[in-house]
Amino acid sequence: MTARAMPTALPTAMPTALPIGNGVPRSPGWWALIWTIATEACLFAYLLFSYYYLASQARGPWPSTGPLSLTLAIPQTCLLVASSVVYWWGEKGIERGDQGRLRLGLLVTFIMGVVFLILEGLDWNNQPFTAKTDAFGSLYYTITGFHGAHVIVGLLLNLIVQIWAWRGTFTRERHLAVTNAGMYWHFVDVVWLFVFTTFYLTPRWG
Amino acid sequence: MAVTAPVTVPAAEAPIEELHRLWETPHTLYGALATVDHKKIGKRYLVTAFVFLLVGGLEAAVMRVQLAAPGMRVLGPEAYNQYFSMHGLTMIIWYASPILSGFSNYLWPLMIGARDMAYPRVNALSYWTFLLSGIFLYTSPFLGQAPNDGWFGYAPYSLQLYDPGLNMDFYALGLIFITISTTVGAINFIGTIMKMRCPGMSLNRLPLFLYGTMTASFSIVFALPALTAACVFLYFERRFGMHFYDVAHQGNPLLWQHLFWIFGHPWVYIIVLPAMGMISEIIPTFSRRPIVGYPMVALSTVATGIIGFGVWVHHMFATGIPPIAASYFSGASFLITLPSAVAVVAWIATVWTGRPVLKTPMMFALGFIVLFVVGGVSGVVTAAVPFDWQVTDTYFVVAHLHYVLVGINVFAVMAGFYYWLPKMTGRLLDERLGQANFWTMFIGMNLAFFPMHIAGLLGMPRRIYTYPAGVGLGAVNLLETIGAYIFALGVLLFVINFFWSLRAGEPAGSNPWDAGTLEWASTSPPPPFNFAVLPTVRSRNPLWEGHPGATAEGEVGPERSSVFRGPVLDRGRETLATSPLEGHTMAQQLMPEDSLWPLLLALGLTAAFYGFVFSVWWLACAGIVWVAISLGAWLWPTGDEADERPVHLPAPGVA
Ligand code: HEM
Repeated sequence: MTARAMPTALPTAMPTALPIGNGVPRSPGWWALIWTIATEACLFAYLLFSYYYLASQARGPWPSTGPLSLTLAIPQTCLLVASSVVYWWGEKGIERGDQGRLRLGLLVTFIMGVVFLILEGLDWNNQPFTAKTDAFGSLYYTITGFHGAHVIVGLLLNLIVQIWAWRGTFTRERHLAVTNAGMYWHFVDVVWLFVFTTFYLTPRWG
Repeated sequence: MAVTAPVTVPAAEAPIEELHRLWETPHTLYGALATVDHKKIGKRYLVTAFVFLLVGGLEAAVMRVQLAAPGMRVLGPEAYNQYFSMHGLTMIIWYASPILSGFSNYLWPLMIGARDMAYPRVNALSYWTFLLSGIFLYTSPFLGQAPNDGWFGYAPYSLQLYDPGLNMDFYALGLIFITISTTVGAINFIGTIMKMRCPGMSLNRLPLFLYGTMTASFSIVFALPALTAACVFLYFERRFGMHFYDVAHQGNPLLWQHLFWIFGHPWVYIIVLPAMGMISEIIPTFSRRPIVGYPMVALSTVATGIIGFGVWVHHMFATGIPPIAASYFSGASFLITLPSAVAVVAWIATVWTGRPVLKTPMMFALGFIVLFVVGGVSGVVTAAVPFDWQVTDTYFVVAHLHYVLVGINVFAVMAGFYYWLPKMTGRLLDERLGQANFWTMFIGMNLAFFPMHIAGLLGMPRRIYTYPAGVGLGAVNLLETIGAYIFALGVLLFVINFFWSLRAGEPAGSNPWDAGTLEWASTSPPPPFNFAVLPTVRSRNPLWEGHPGATAEGEVGPERSSVFRGPVLDRGRETLATSPLEGHTMAQQLMPEDSLWPLLLALGLTAAFYGFVFSVWWLACAGIVWVAISLGAWLWPTGDEADERPVHLPAPGVA
């Protein structure tokens, strides 16, 4: 046997020291979140597909009680978009090692999220239909309810990250949890834009 | 990262005891419930899914007695409805996909030279939710209220008005429950394939089995939410009086069909692509040569997964959809046969140009190809809309789906068992019993299902509990029943062979088939850490390097793989993380310790689902709160970690 056939020494050398691959962007944990968001995004896509399918097949006015009021929905939308910006501002803070800015960003985002949910509850109460009235009502409460549940999950994640932030767990280099909880929050935010457009705007367009 | 002196050691010098101490799960009750070892989880998956195969088979056996002769009274119409619905659900959802996950869980880290999957605790979660969702589903027959609207649960029959029991609530909630298991399992596979391959295993060196499961996993991530949405609507409509499928209130039953088949057709590929991948591993080993057309087979696997999303409407040709839509989906359905044909041609060419060795795994693989072709032909003819109108909802479709499912799934699974069980148990199965096993299953299967084509063309509808005498259906049905029992005998032979091998089987050694892929470099059964030193590969079949055949095929470049020499990593549970495309070493990955949280989380879900099905709302809420608490505890950081660790090199000469 020639020396080449014997798998002894490796031409490409192994480095003697390697970074730890946990807790950084593009680590396995980060990818897990990406694919979780992908499958959840698909869930919302199918839910909204159902809305458009039933809307396209409906006979008579859709929704039967006329387009939904925007009085609360527009402030809700602004609030959620703004909260994403605040979160991003806090995250930028920790990238410079500024603990205070991170804590403030997380706290304000949390409060904005809670206010969003309160407005959502008021809006639910104000609708002239219920979940049992017809397909529109059922879709409306189911899909906004699903979104609301995701907001709650986002807030719980925010809470956990906040506890760590107040204890000073995060550093400039290592703050993946902040990034991850933030990605989830932005995702929930983007989903709302689709939900809002679907239920509040498209019935007005024709 | 600047210092790059080689720190690899030969396997013989690795600190084996230290590795055992780090990776071994304690043999205690705690260890059994908390383990995250992919091999233990894989074996549990295999056993549990096999039990579901036996249960579903028992249901089929009862149905076949009922249908053996006209006018039998073993099962009444309502019981028959529950039987075929549970049979279909059990087989398709709780057997066919989980059994392949079992193989993947056990084999993936071994085949890619890693020490575990990317998310070991998620892996445990996916097993527990699979098991508990199955137990949840099988509560229903004990209440006499098993799902009774077929495995695809069409509305409006499934609505409260027409089906008032808990039957379809168990259906909807059971399916939502198992989608959790399947989804987190798929994310685990994707993460593993992206990060955990050993150095040098670039995408074009990945074993084809991994392509199969990977494509299936992507399909799961994108397709399964459609099922979740459909079942959530169904449950809400039944329990809370909402309207999604009910035409009287602007709903539409076709919405169910769309959502169900958007999930359902990709699902068919989810349960065949990994099985095809297993065949692509077995055929080369027993043809004594690398597979012909590796890149084509890999690409056709991915292509099948993608086109699989574009064919769902072919299940709905008979619903009065517009002809233009029907034509589009018919075309896509014809198209999807092309990549499958590529795989078949590659397998046949491999056997043809190789030196085939007809051991039992190879026999099942060849049987698989035959059944694949028959099932493919009866499938492609139903892609033609006018023919489909003729045979839809007849036994022709039952024949087709069993050729596909038994042929492509069960036969591949049997081939996989005969091939890989020796790796898992360390013992070979008996060869003569194995051959007998193959022939009984092959003959039984054809006798059971071929006559169904004829019954279907004669006009026998599916899902009826009996048929009248004197319409010419008695003889074919009797044949089918005899065939079914011969098939069952074949399954029994396998079970006997398995238990016999555990007691008296020949020791397998690490590579009984002289195969080329990495799992055969580890001992049989493998140690808890899989590999004492982490391998580096430079070809698709690292163990075949130096074989004249492999070199002649141009499979091997100038560099050689290093399988028995490499870094040890023994500062904790560690493995290497690599880059997604090229497989360059990037980092050391710290792996989690055993944990009870996956099981506790799954139990919380179980409580919630029982709460939902029986309308015990406090239980449902408690379950959900418990899930949230478990998640928090799971994600809680365990301590601070240094940013870099030296790759450990034991002092020379220390064993
Ligand atoms: C030898 C083994 C088997 C026998 C004898 C058998 C027999 C049957 C019978 C009698 C039916 C009912 C047909 C009807 O009344 O419409 C049926 C339906 C079905 N079987 Fe099997 N089966 C076997 C194995 C399998 C396997 C391994 C799978 C899947 C992996 C499978 C999947 C199905 C499905 C999906 C249905 C349709 C259920 C429905 O109509 O909702 N079967 N089978």
